[in-house]
Amino acid sequence: MAERCAVIGVGQTHHKSRRDDVSIAGLVREAAQRALADAGVTWSDIDAVVLGKAPDMFEGVMMPELYLAPALGAVGKPIFRVHTAGSVGGSTALVAAHLITAGIHRRVLTVAFEKQSDSDAMWALSVPQPFSAPLLAGAGGYFAPHIRAYMRRSGAPRDTGMLVAVKDRLQALKNPYAHLHIPDISLQMVEESVMLWDPLHYLEACPSSDGAAAMVLGTEAAAAEAQAATGKRPAWVQGMAMRSEPTMFAGRDQVNPQAGRDCAKDVYAQAGIENPREDLDCAEVYVPFSWYEPMWLENLGFCAEGDGWKLTQEGATALDGGDIPWNCSGGVLSSNPIGASGMLRFLEVALQVRGEAGEHQVDGVRRALGQAYGGGSQFFAMWVLGTEKP
Amino acid sequence: MSDTATETEGGERGPVTHLATPIRLEYNFTAGIAQSRYLRGLAEGKFIGQRCPVCHKVYVPARGSCPTDGVATTDEVVLSNSGTVTTYCIVNVPFAGQTIEIPYICAQVLLDGANLSFMGLIQEIPTDEVRMGMRVEAVWVPDDELGPTLASVKYFRPNGEPDADYETYKEYL
Amino acid sequence: MSPPTPRQGHRPVAVVSFAQADNLRREGARNEVEMLLPVIGEVFANVGITKDDVGFICSGSTDYLVGGPFSFVTALDAVGVWPPRSESHVEMDAAWALYEAWVRLQEDDIDAALVYGFGKSSLGNLGEIFALQLDPYVMAPLWPDPVSLAALQARALLDSGRTTEQELAEIAARNRRRALTNPNAQVAGEFDVAELLAEDYVVSPLRRHTLPPITDGACAIVLAVGGRAYELAERPAWITGIDHRVETHAIGARDLTHSPSTRKAGEIAGALDGGIDIAELHAPFASQEVVVRDALSLGDNVDVNPSGGVLAANPIMSAGLARIGEAASRILDGTAGRALAHATSGPLLQQNLVAVLERG
Repeated sequence: MAERCAVIGVGQTHHKSRRDDVSIAGLVREAAQRALADAGVTWSDIDAVVLGKAPDMFEGVMMPELYLAPALGAVGKPIFRVHTAGSVGGSTALVAAHLITAGIHRRVLTVAFEKQSDSDAMWALSVPQPFSAPLLAGAGGYFAPHIRAYMRRSGAPRDTGMLVAVKDRLQALKNPYAHLHIPDISLQMVEESVMLWDPLHYLEACPSSDGAAAMVLGTEAAAAEAQAATGKRPAWVQGMAMRSEPTMFAGRDQVNPQAGRDCAKDVYAQAGIENPREDLDCAEVYVPFSWYEPMWLENLGFCAEGDGWKLTQEGATALDGGDIPWNCSGGVLSSNPIGASGMLRFLEVALQVRGEAGEHQVDGVRRALGQAYGGGSQFFAMWVLGTEKP
Repeated sequence: MSDTATETEGGERGPVTHLATPIRLEYNFTAGIAQSRYLRGLAEGKFIGQRCPVCHKVYVPARGSCPTDGVATTDEVVLSNSGTVTTYCIVNVPFAGQTIEIPYICAQVLLDGANLSFMGLIQEIPTDEVRMGMRVEAVWVPDDELGPTLASVKYFRPNGEPDADYETYKEYL
Repeated sequence: MSPPTPRQGHRPVAVVSFAQADNLRREGARNEVEMLLPVIGEVFANVGITKDDVGFICSGSTDYLVGGPFSFVTALDAVGVWPPRSESHVEMDAAWALYEAWVRLQEDDIDAALVYGFGKSSLGNLGEIFALQLDPYVMAPLWPDPVSLAALQARALLDSGRTTEQELAEIAARNRRRALTNPNAQVAGEFDVAELLAEDYVVSPLRRHTLPPITDGACAIVLAVGGRAYELAERPAWITGIDHRVETHAIGARDLTHSPSTRKAGEIAGALDGGIDIAELHAPFASQEVVVRDALSLGDNVDVNPSGGVLAANPIMSAGLARIGEAASRILDGTAGRALAHATSGPLLQQNLVAVLERG
């Protein structure tokens, strides 16, 4: 690394099923302006913009970075567009961070969004293709069979997923930006919700949201200036990695993909983490369907393979009383602007490390993991942020 | 194209909040050489896969390359009409373009002789009786309706054999 | 032998291998994976390495060419990303994928990267598809097609007195004549300028010869750092400068006869320092070559588009990367010492990338 990189400002929109009050440009500006203000900088202090979102068909705008360039203050500057499926919010942040660590720029604005209400995301995911059977019924239809395989493999009790669904929605009540606020959420409510993709209930699945996330990343000098201007401390990037594997191949472990394990190993090695459950203080992990909490607990090495559900059942991942709280913001289960969902994970750990998470703050966070995944559990992006410089 | 402006009580025009732009684009898909072989196989009532010359795994439908070795797959393999349900879900969500009555079983089917499962519809069994490891067979449309299309396979149904042992298919999950 | 000192970054990065598919009006039987497979094979074979020798992979493509989401995902099957790889994708021309890889190579944990781009323009109607690249509220609903937009730009340029219809025909004829020596070109030949000028307008003032062909294509590049580049190539094409800039999307707010984003990127990349032997410009319409050439102050002594440029073959999403590949090829084969490559994205040259490549 030529330079250290820190998160010096964060901003997000309120996530809702429809943001009729703003255009796409208005939505991304809302997040971006909050991030600039949080960093104590203005548009002219930004050297480059890195934008991420999931498939263009979600809004019906091809390569929207072109249309959004002026709204994001990018005229005369570099603007860059990342698309790595559901992991895109995370990989977008990593592309931006590399522009800092490579010594190319001083301050980079990174933004991710989805305005799903502008089109029909379910339709966009299920565009009739002549060579594949129209069976999927959205992402849930893809992931539910792998969840069933996990249940069979681990012997996890059937209520494990429902516990996650309740926990994350309770935590969302402490996050004013979260899309779903369900004050009376309960196991019974989840169990009584429609079984959409058996074994997944409706309330075990993520919502469909409009929303955007933004961060200002900076060099050590930029971090010092931001801290002097705002009094807020930077969150230092201690490790970052991405990994991909093919969608389909013989012998592929779709429950516990090697790309995720390798990515975690890489990011932990960079950050000097030997035991993630002990060495990390919290994590924001892409859990769009409840059962992915126990599955990713294993994939990310927070426990032995087959034991993820035990941590969930014990309450280890709860903000209230858990030793390793996961998704204190409410996670993807509570807000899902697809292209931004990964960046929200990365952003939320920045809030935790900076001590800025408000009601859903974990006490004394020194290091935290942000994870995003996409495609058929094949694209992974992760970073570890900390209070200490790497 | 239409727009809607909300009328406020005082008769003032509020902000435009919707603008509908219908988009219709037509494409000529390319199946590709390997998938064309697969589709032509379907027209003959059989599943044709391809073997990777490096790892010797059999892919069906073949997509022309081995996804792990990055080399062209060329050797053709005709696969069995029977296979094993490795895992499944029961779809109970309506969506645009849906042609099958819900709830239905969407399964991963591992054909005998193949090293990759694919997605298939399971019928002729109540949804609550389907199981991981269940043995199934393809049901084809009548011969005179066969064509180079996925519609040649109506669905899969139990073939009456005892369930496969978990150990035999667990590496395909 | 040592690499020239780069203007940006602190690790010298070079193009060591370039491969491309035949540029075809319609690729026909092969799908994107099958089109890419031999290209990836060749780009590695050129330098005697495999996928196991690159620490990063980045690609560029767009879903709207193929008409389905996640088109880049299956394309990965042409590489074989197993065991899992550090890999990323841009929904931009693959020239920007090369930029991402160049940035990634500035960090010393890796020393080589694979970059590729692909697209089959023959599958859909480009006139309609590219309307969706415009402002979704005030432009896209009018469905402006790219040729009509380019005609607005060409008209402004003609009216400014900086070019003539005669010159546009000469540009088209020159590019396609140069393409005669490019075995991968799609449109090549000797054309009589007077005959070209006798053609009817497609959209006034643009005649058919000023338009790019519709092309299915793909290409790939291997980048390597420092000593590793010398192990792989006798004459690596060192990227001594690379930058990209964007302009406003509002066409009415731009002076369409100038390309300030190209000029700024060129300044930062060192393209305006002179000494450029050859330049490969991503100017899909003949009139745009005038604009880009002016923006980069390229004089008559610079050999522009020895490959025939995108008037000879315009594989959307890989055409910009192919410019870098073609420029690098002139360094790799020893015929040029300093080469410039330009890539563009968006309506009427809205976004531009400039790279300067040099011999060691």
